[in-house]
Amino acid sequence: MSGGRFGIHGGQYIPETLMNAVLELEEAYNHYKRDPDFNRELTELFNEYAGRPSRLYYARRMTEDLGGAKIYLKREDLNHTGAHKINNVLGQVLLAKKMGKTRVIAETGAGQHGVATATAAALMDMECEVFMGKEDTERQALNVYRMRLLGAKVHAVESGTATLKDAVSETMREWTNRIADTHYVLGSVMGPHPFPTIVRDFQAVISREIKEQLKEKEGRLPDAVLACVGGGSNAIGSFYHFIEEKGVQLIGCEAAGRGIDTAETAATISTGRLGIFHGMKSYFCQDEYGQIAPVYSISAGLDYPGVGPEHAYLHDTGRAEYVPVTDSEAVDAFEYLSRTEGIIPAIESAHAVAYARKLAPSMRRDQILVITISGRGDKDCAAIARYRGEDIHE
Amino acid sequence: MNKRIAEAFAHGKAFIPFITCGDPSLEITEQLVYACGEAGADLVELGIPFSDPTAEGPVIQAANMRALSGGTTTDKILEMVERIRKNTQLPLAFMTYANVVFSYHKGDETADSGTECFVKRAAQAGIDGLILPDVPFEEKEEFGGVCRKYGIDLISLIAPTSEDRIARIAREAEGFVYCVSSLGVTGMRAEITTDVGAMVGLVKQEKDIPCAVGFGISTPEQAKEMAACSDGAIVGSAIVRLCETYGRDCVPPVREYVRKMKEAVKELS
Repeated sequence: MSGGRFGIHGGQYIPETLMNAVLELEEAYNHYKRDPDFNRELTELFNEYAGRPSRLYYARRMTEDLGGAKIYLKREDLNHTGAHKINNVLGQVLLAKKMGKTRVIAETGAGQHGVATATAAALMDMECEVFMGKEDTERQALNVYRMRLLGAKVHAVESGTATLKDAVSETMREWTNRIADTHYVLGSVMGPHPFPTIVRDFQAVISREIKEQLKEKEGRLPDAVLACVGGGSNAIGSFYHFIEEKGVQLIGCEAAGRGIDTAETAATISTGRLGIFHGMKSYFCQDEYGQIAPVYSISAGLDYPGVGPEHAYLHDTGRAEYVPVTDSEAVDAFEYLSRTEGIIPAIESAHAVAYARKLAPSMRRDQILVITISGRGDKDCAAIARYRGEDIHE
Repeated sequence: MNKRIAEAFAHGKAFIPFITCGDPSLEITEQLVYACGEAGADLVELGIPFSDPTAEGPVIQAANMRALSGGTTTDKILEMVERIRKNTQLPLAFMTYANVVFSYHKGDETADSGTECFVKRAAQAGIDGLILPDVPFEEKEEFGGVCRKYGIDLISLIAPTSEDRIARIAREAEGFVYCVSSLGVTGMRAEITTDVGAMVGLVKQEKDIPCAVGFGISTPEQAKEMAACSDGAIVGSAIVRLCETYGRDCVPPVREYVRKMKEAVKELS
């Protein structure tokens, strides 16, 4: 990889004002990723604070019910703050601290990355400001309170469509405004180089653990690994250490919303085309003139019009496969995993569970399927209840 | 260098207004271009609206939204430029975002890419320069090579944070260098604290190329101050604000504003 490219994807399409900041970040990251003290501190935060390693759980009832591959769940939902987001955030905030930054800013969709950033900022005594689409601050009022409780300042973004993509744009704008003391904690494997690489490396702990844990339990590699993809951070984390293991099928599950044949979708690889946005070249949902399309998914965490550049590359080379999963399939899977295993998954992760329900029965009983449960579903209960017609509000 | 861009800086300090195309309508945009020319503008920046303009402050963001929801498209803007070019030799530069150029596909089979389709059509229509705020030095060749082929100058930007990068950027700059006066996004500012003169000095050490200063300028005093340490001043948000306030009646107030601003920088020449 050179210049932050994954094949033709990636790059650094950002205003000149930010260039020295990302170059400084790249230099610092290249130094600290090889620094034993940094790695010791990060491992300690992962283990003692976030609760790693997360469990690799054999889903016996689900396996028996589907009657095909043996199913394991990688339980990122059991991490502190309830999702995989904490892996990246602990890494980036620690890095920012080493760089002498005193303030972090972040975008958030549903609020998971914002809460994780506010958490790490509280822990490491950094000033924290989070940008969240106004519509999302209303839908996820409890997460806004959580961030404030953790000491962060939350800005409601009213520009554009007032959702995740606008929160990213606004955080980039804020970064150009105040750079010297501020690090932008980007929440996914997206944006300008070096973010897709940094976030990938911090999330790669997921696949490293899956590999070790499965070796211990089964003495072999999995046959398939499934994860949901918005920007794609939990998916790249789940895939990374298997990319060179050609026998392992890698499957990313995109949010199809009401279907990929409708305009109400966020399935970027199924419906988007090559473009340049938010600092990177990758696939984006856009119109014939390159205007970024408004996207839709029941899952606020997957409701983004682009996908990380490394996923775009894995798609181009055919190393990973990307499949669309509708709202309706995801909600069914949300309920299915709750009843079958007593695990309420995040609606994002339920997209991967939904595809596993189709895939597992077509696999042999001696094959192994790993699904990453990227987060827990408590945050989604009220919204799913409303989707099912119940009048419940947080 | 593109001939008309060279011309823009050949008559003393330049004044460069920015207009968001299609706000409030393309008919008015066309009238605004003529009015700017009559009022003494040396070059006009035409903004092609983008859904997510990450370098813009609230005023120009809102203008982008108004223009897009009014049905403005890249093709309609190119047709407007063709009409304008029949009536004036005023230097014109497009200001837009990388994806508008990169993703422009109009089935021109002699062109290799969306970028080539766009640049070729823009050159045919009579555009002289292209400003892409989300394309820094590291990514510029993807666009610069095609621009050179069709005689359009891809304008390089430098910012208060550029420091050691300025020399490198200046060496490869074409047309003029766009000096971003302040941190942050476009928009009016009470004061500009950057030592813009020092930035311009670093450019001139490397290359004899005009430098125009933009971001944050709205008053004749600021324009004069910025032009005094450079070759010209660029004003966007203050003009777009007039378009927002006066709507379809914005042509006379914009003409008057441009006249006053040009007068302020002209005193220096």
